[in-house]
Amino acid sequence: MAILVDRNTRVLVCGMTGREGSFHTQQMIDYGTQVVGGITPGKGGTTHLGVPVFDTVQEAVEKTQANAAVIFVPAPFAPDSVLECEASGLPFVSLITEGVPTQDMVRVVNRLRQNGTTRLLGGNCAGIISPGQCKMGIMPGHIFKQGDVGLVSRSGTLTYEIVWEMTRAGIGQTTCIGIGGDPVAGTRFIEVMRMFEADPDSKAVVLIGEIGGSDEEAAAEYIKTMTKPVVGFISGRTAPPGKRMGHAGAIISGNTGTAKSKVSALEGAGVPVADKTSDIPRLLLKALERLGVGV
Amino acid sequence: MPERSREHASALGFLIGSGQGNLGTRMKLHEYQSKELLSRFGVPVPAGDVTNDPAEAAEIARKLGGKVVVKAQVLMGGRGKAGGVKLFNTAEEAGEFAKALIGKRLVSNQNPDGMVVEKILIAEQVDIAKEFYVAVLLDRAAQRNIVMLSAKGGMDIEEVAETDPESIVKIPIDPAWGIADFEIREGLAEANIPIEARSQMVTMIKRLVKAYIEADAEMVEINPCAMTPDGKIIAADAKVSIDDNALFRHADYKATSAESAEDPIEEEAARRGIAYVRLGGDIGIIGNGAGLVMCSLDEINAAGGNPADFLDVGGGAQAERVKSCVELIMMDPNVKGLLINIFGGITRCDEVAKGILAALDELNLTIPVVARIEGTAAEEGRALLAGTKIVPAQTMQEAAEKVVKLAYA
Repeated sequence: MAILVDRNTRVLVCGMTGREGSFHTQQMIDYGTQVVGGITPGKGGTTHLGVPVFDTVQEAVEKTQANAAVIFVPAPFAPDSVLECEASGLPFVSLITEGVPTQDMVRVVNRLRQNGTTRLLGGNCAGIISPGQCKMGIMPGHIFKQGDVGLVSRSGTLTYEIVWEMTRAGIGQTTCIGIGGDPVAGTRFIEVMRMFEADPDSKAVVLIGEIGGSDEEAAAEYIKTMTKPVVGFISGRTAPPGKRMGHAGAIISGNTGTAKSKVSALEGAGVPVADKTSDIPRLLLKALERLGVGV
Repeated sequence: MPERSREHASALGFLIGSGQGNLGTRMKLHEYQSKELLSRFGVPVPAGDVTNDPAEAAEIARKLGGKVVVKAQVLMGGRGKAGGVKLFNTAEEAGEFAKALIGKRLVSNQNPDGMVVEKILIAEQVDIAKEFYVAVLLDRAAQRNIVMLSAKGGMDIEEVAETDPESIVKIPIDPAWGIADFEIREGLAEANIPIEARSQMVTMIKRLVKAYIEADAEMVEINPCAMTPDGKIIAADAKVSIDDNALFRHADYKATSAESAEDPIEEEAARRGIAYVRLGGDIGIIGNGAGLVMCSLDEINAAGGNPADFLDVGGGAQAERVKSCVELIMMDPNVKGLLINIFGGITRCDEVAKGILAALDELNLTIPVVARIEGTAAEEGRALLAGTKIVPAQTMQEAAEKVVKLAYA
């Protein structure tokens, strides 16, 4: 088992015929993801990469029984794409697009939360992968390995780095989730932690945070109540305050968003926080051993 | 009420740029731009004009009646203490000062390198009976916009947050409905804003919220929001920053974005479309992905080095772009060593290697360069770099230690 996506997930790709969309759709198909349709207004009725293209999400859902979408639509049009997916009844949407204006995300995220029918992941995220089953994102599939540890992160390449260390140490993953680097995200750490806690196959969880905001601190409060071991890592420990480090959301503001506050919140919740990414496999093995769970 | 004060403190986290502003983004507007913007939305601001010409400055001062304030338009904290703001009683004095100020480099504690004054704002002096604080900004924890209010205006709000958090009130803005008058009235009462100021403040705050939303601002801050002896409310100072991601629908601000760059290398980076932040140290860093680059600079610090920059080469970078990134880093004369840390997902390591080699060739690099490349096409990339002066490393920790050792040797 995995969370949010698995081998039964039927995926639509919004913006499939674009450059990014085409490249990653091919990668997702090669990984074994069931890509059942693409959306590009004006190109309905054609086929791209062997996949039928539709003009609207509604039509695609009716014809393909899709139950998820991944969005590669450029930032100015991405919020509309999310709303269209929601209106078409898709329960899960992964928004890869970077650079969506914050005010658009405030409106979209609040609307989706209020309606409660669609879970949005992202934007500005690497997406989601349940190794060996389904990839809805831009991560390199070959570094992942099916297993029993869940992972959630704000950063793409840092996730690859850590996953690669885990895989080489023989630690596989149930599901790896990129929640994205923007200040307003569709899915937050705490929500993913709840899902991993409820997933019988995830025996432990890795949380990879970074400077900015207070979502790691909020997650730490919840982790106190979790039965499963959690290992943490926080990047940007030496980043100066007031400077935005690449991600729109990665900025220390006044006293909020410091790595110190996040590390101490996690440690206060009993989470070992790795100093170096290379320490994570060891901490995981230790946590799993303590529970008497094999890897 | 411990619960309430905690909430107040968390909201303050978004108030960077207030008072001792150092937002680190390119789209912080100058005071004159902020006031122009707010004025368009009907927010009362002091009469005034901006210029880069001393003669014109005197003329503006004369039109305003001579009793004016002259303010250097530089995006740095400590502008007043650096001598960039002065009050005058006559247009002649204001003109003299303008002559001395334009072209001068202002230096402050917050900005030791200083900034050259290109434009100055000449505005009417505001008689202040009382000072308040008003801001509109994003509350990340709540994923909503808020209005922040305090009767303690005219000072650094972060200081107020520390010494008197109870005096700061926040009013959430409904993403669909906006803000209602009664909510503002309640907030003003809670913040102990004098009753005679409230009705004007309700109108002003509604306009500030409208300006904030329509301009895609990251923050609108009025400090002080002044009440004059005759009871008028006016935005005596204003700071507005705009969300870079929204510039595609604000062509008017896009034009000014280069003007507000705070560092010449950052400005060049913006022109090349490279995510670069200058950090002031001497070990250059190039990586792919914000999280990995941040992690690389943590490793440089852990190894005893001092990072010169944050540079994210971006996803799927080709050789040409990698070369351009190396070039950018070498514009910083302090750089003594370079760390390249790539985990190739979409990015191909052989492309990165080609870019490094091209840079090596064309830029005649003499500083030590350590490259740690992993992921897609890493073998091919490493093979390309083998036998060159690029020092290889297996892990990012090893790479950081090597580059620090070589650079400081």
